[in-house]
Amino acid sequence: MRPADDLSGMDELYRDFILDHYRNPRNAGTLEAPDASCEDLNPLCGDRIRMDVKLHDGIIEDIRFQGRGCAISQASASLLTETVKGKTVAEVAALGKDDVLANLGIPISAARLKCALLGLSVLKRALKL
Amino acid sequence: MTATMPQAAVGASLSPAAVARIRADFPILQERPHGKPLIFLDSAASSQKPVQVIEAMDDYYRRYHANIHRGIYHISELATEAYEEARSAIARFIGSPCSAECIFVRNATEGINLVAYSWGRSNVRAGDVILLTEMEHHSNLVPWQMLAQEKGARLRFVPVTADGRLDMNRLDTLLDGARLFAFTAVSNTLGTINPVRELCLRARAAGAVSVVDACQAVPRMPVDVTQWQCDFAAFSSHKMLGPTGIGVLWGRKDLLDAMPPFLTGGGMINVVRYDRTTFADVPARFEAGTPAIAEAVGLGAAVAYLTAVGMERVARYEHELAALALEKLRGIGQVVVYGPGIEHRTGVISITVGDIHAHDLASILDREGICVRAGHHCNQPLMEKLGVPATTRASFYLYNTPDEIDALIAGLEKAKRIFKLT
Ligand SMILES: Cc1ncc(COP(=O)(O)O)c(C=O)c1O
Repeated sequence: MRPADDLSGMDELYRDFILDHYRNPRNAGTLEAPDASCEDLNPLCGDRIRMDVKLHDGIIEDIRFQGRGCAISQASASLLTETVKGKTVAEVAALGKDDVLANLGIPISAARLKCALLGLSVLKRALKL
Repeated sequence: MTATMPQAAVGASLSPAAVARIRADFPILQERPHGKPLIFLDSAASSQKPVQVIEAMDDYYRRYHANIHRGIYHISELATEAYEEARSAIARFIGSPCSAECIFVRNATEGINLVAYSWGRSNVRAGDVILLTEMEHHSNLVPWQMLAQEKGARLRFVPVTADGRLDMNRLDTLLDGARLFAFTAVSNTLGTINPVRELCLRARAAGAVSVVDACQAVPRMPVDVTQWQCDFAAFSSHKMLGPTGIGVLWGRKDLLDAMPPFLTGGGMINVVRYDRTTFADVPARFEAGTPAIAEAVGLGAAVAYLTAVGMERVARYEHELAALALEKLRGIGQVVVYGPGIEHRTGVISITVGDIHAHDLASILDREGICVRAGHHCNQPLMEKLGVPATTRASFYLYNTPDEIDALIAGLEKAKRIFKLT
C-alpha cells in the first residue's frame, strides 16, 4: 500500500500516456472482413470492447479495436493492439495478466484489474485461445 | 433492546448538532480508508448501520436465539415475540393497517418476484398488458419480462421526459388494458420522486393492480401505504439502516389472502399429508422455512431509530443536502447532472464530468476516502436512453454533512486536474 497522503498516487495511475491512449486510441475502428472477431463487455461496469483481427500464416497482420469504458480498459486495449501486431497467435496465447500490467506500467488495484484485462480477454476469445 | 435511541432534533430538518449525534452512532464513520476520513456517499446502494442495530442483533444472538413459532420454551417465545414485534413496527412505520400485510422476504428483489410469481402467474393472461416505466431498476423489470414471456403478456413503458420525470400525459393511454402497473417511488439513478398516490389511483381507475418499488422511498421519506393507495410495495432493510438479508413485501390483505404460495416447505403450512397440504394464512403462507430472525430484530431496531429521528426530518435534511450539492455542482465546468430540478428530487445525484469515465472518477474519489457508485446502477435501458455508458452517483443520508459535499466537490476538481480538463 501507498502512503496515506500521497496525492500523486492518482497522477501516477492516470499518467500522460494512459490519457493519450484513452483519448487517441491506436488501431481504433473495425476491419472490413476480419478473420477473427469478438465483442464482450464487463456486465458489472458496462466496459465494452470489440477486437477485429486479420491473420496471415498465423501472424496478426492487422488489428482494430472499438470500445467504450474507463481510461484503464480503453488504454490497455489500445496498448495491446500495438503489442500484438506482427506477433504470432501462439505468442498472443502466451500473454497473461503480468504482461498487460507490465505494459501499462501503472499500479492497478484489484477492483480495476478486470478493466485492465478486458482487452486481452476479448482478443483471446476472438482467436479462440 | 439495550442501546439508547437518538434524541429527536429540534426544528424541521436536522441541526448540525443532531447530525453530529447521529454520526456518533455509526461506528464505520470512524474508519479511515487510504488514511482519509470515510465519506460515505453511497447510501442509495446500501446504508451504514447505527450501533443500535448492531447491538440489537448481537443481543439477540447472545441472549435469546432460537427458532420461532416452534419451541415451547422461554427463549423461543422471546425470539418469536421479537420477530413479530419487528413486523408490527414496520407496519406502523409504513402506515399499514394490519401487520399481517407485511411479509418478510430477503430483499426488495424477492418481494417483487413474489408478486410476479404468485399474483402474476395466477392473474396475468395472454395479451394482458404489464405497464412499467423507463426508469425501473432491473429488479422491477426482469421479473415482469419473465412473466410476460411465460404468459404471452405485453410490456409497456411510461416514458421518461428529458428532465428525468415520468411523462404523465401518456399515462391513461398506456394504462388502457393493463393488469398491473409496477413503478418505482424514487429513481435510484435520477433521484426523481414520482407522484406515487396519483399513479396508484390512476392504475386503480384503469383496473390495474399497482406494485410500488419502495426501495429508495422508505429509507428517506415518510411513507404511508394507505395514503399511497397502492396494492403492493417492496423495500429492503439494508438501505434503511438495517441489516442485509431481509426486506419487506407489503400487500393489501384481500389480495394476499387470495394468492397461492411462492416458496413452499416448513413454516408456511396448515395441515400436511403425504399427498396434499393446506397452507397457512398470511403472512406465514409466504414465509417458507426458517426466516432471517436476527435480521428482523435488526430491522426493527432500524425502524425505531428512524422513527426517533423522524422521517420528516430525514427527508428535509436530505433534500437540503441535495440542494446544496446541486448548487455547488453547477459551479464546476463540464459537470452534467442528470435528473429533474430540486423540487422533484431526493438526495440521489447522478453526474458525468467531461470525458472522465465513471470508474476513473470513482477511483480518484476513492483515494480521497469518498465512496460513490459508478456504473449503470442496475438501470441499463435508462442509461442507453440517457446516452451515457455510466454515471457517477452520489447519494446522501441522515449522517452526511455539508462538509462532505465540499469534499466531493474538491474531489471532482482534482479529477479534472488529473484528466487535464479545464
Ligand atoms: C429502486 C430500486 N429497486 C430495487 C432495488 C433492489 O434492491 P435489493 O438489491 O435490495 O433487492 C434497488 C437497490 O439497488 C433499488 O434502488
